[in-house]
Amino acid sequence: MSLITAFFAVVRRDLILAFRRRAEIANPVFFFILVVTLFPLGVGANTKLLQAMAPGVIWVSALLAVMLSLDSLFRSDFDDGSLEQMLLSSHPLTILVLGKIIAHWLVTGLPLLIIAPLLAVFLGLPEQALGTLLITLVLATPVLSLIGSIGVSLTVGLRRGGMILSLLVLPLYVPVLIFASNAVEMAGNGQTVDAQINILIAILLMSVVLAPLPAASALKMSVS
Amino acid sequence: MDSLTLENRSFEVRNLSCIRDDRILFEGLDFTLNNNQVLLLEGKNGSGKTSLLRIICGFREQDAGDIIWCNTPIKDSDFFAEMAYVGHLDGVKKELTVVENLKMSLALSVAGNYSIEQALDKVHLAGYDDSIVQSLSAGQKRRLSLARLLITRNSLWVLDEPFTSIDKEGIKLIESLMHEHICAGGMIILTSHHDLYLHETEVQKINLSLCH
Repeated sequence: MSLITAFFAVVRRDLILAFRRRAEIANPVFFFILVVTLFPLGVGANTKLLQAMAPGVIWVSALLAVMLSLDSLFRSDFDDGSLEQMLLSSHPLTILVLGKIIAHWLVTGLPLLIIAPLLAVFLGLPEQALGTLLITLVLATPVLSLIGSIGVSLTVGLRRGGMILSLLVLPLYVPVLIFASNAVEMAGNGQTVDAQINILIAILLMSVVLAPLPAASALKMSVS
Repeated sequence: MDSLTLENRSFEVRNLSCIRDDRILFEGLDFTLNNNQVLLLEGKNGSGKTSLLRIICGFREQDAGDIIWCNTPIKDSDFFAEMAYVGHLDGVKKELTVVENLKMSLALSVAGNYSIEQALDKVHLAGYDDSIVQSLSAGQKRRLSLARLLITRNSLWVLDEPFTSIDKEGIKLIESLMHEHICAGGMIILTSHHDLYLHETEVQKINLSLCH
């Protein structure tokens, strides 16, 4: 069978698995909702302050939620030997890894896209910034999955890789966080955000091309 | 039935060494495997049987020596398209059904001589098509991972302890599948603590405990 069939078989398999492990998949989404809703309680009912913090709060929570879900990207495949079988496949591992990353985004990034605007309204984010918030999420949550895949494929062989994973991945998330939350904030002030959006598009395209390669190599190392 | 011709394949290991934590597991290992041949790796626990198989699969780097497939080093040849591996881990997803698992294996590889239905029949898992793998017993999971060997196109089977958690009748069944594969021109490398009874087939044996 051809490479494209293999690619879609991987995406399809991971989506079926996600559906059968619904509880596990719901975790990051609940985490996201919880963190965002706790902020008003901690900060107090200061509307202006919340409104000013909203872009940052939403983006930091989204970033942490995605990080929480990263470990499941390769963990079960590593534990049950499916990863070995993928390595032995005659298809390039990079493409199969890209399939897994896309499935990961569909089950973690996409729900955030749906919930984030609701939470933004809840925090009092100005209406004119909602569109920009959605655009930044569409562009940047795939980046989180892509960059995360490198970190998680490096640490999947370690028994307690959680701490190292965050140390590896968080610094790489920082540019995304800066440009995305800044874009939302400026859109709230009614300014143009073309520059930030363009940079996010560039980051997305670069990570689609560049992230699966080191992730695949790191997986080969982790299996040995 | 046999649409694939497996002639003129050769698998060769030259002067292979494996060192782990300053311990030499084996060194200077040489063997050649041609069509219709079986190699049984023996040795004590920790003598490097699994390490050797993992080196052959490309999961580990050898510390010295070459592995050659049809006169080309395996990294430059189509070796990985022609081999199939069943290791300690079954490589099946427990949340998926039997058929979903096999379809995935098929998508990662090239279709072989048997259809999924026929292969399940062969390993006595017929009727379990839509069962979730989690509900199968350990032996049945093992048979499922062996069914993968039948549905994909391959000439070399690399099997790490294929008889683990399989009952007596299952062992006979797997031996007959191996025999069929060998008669069709295939090759097998396996580790096992069981004695292997293959009808009219010569089994090469290498004891890794002695390869120092």
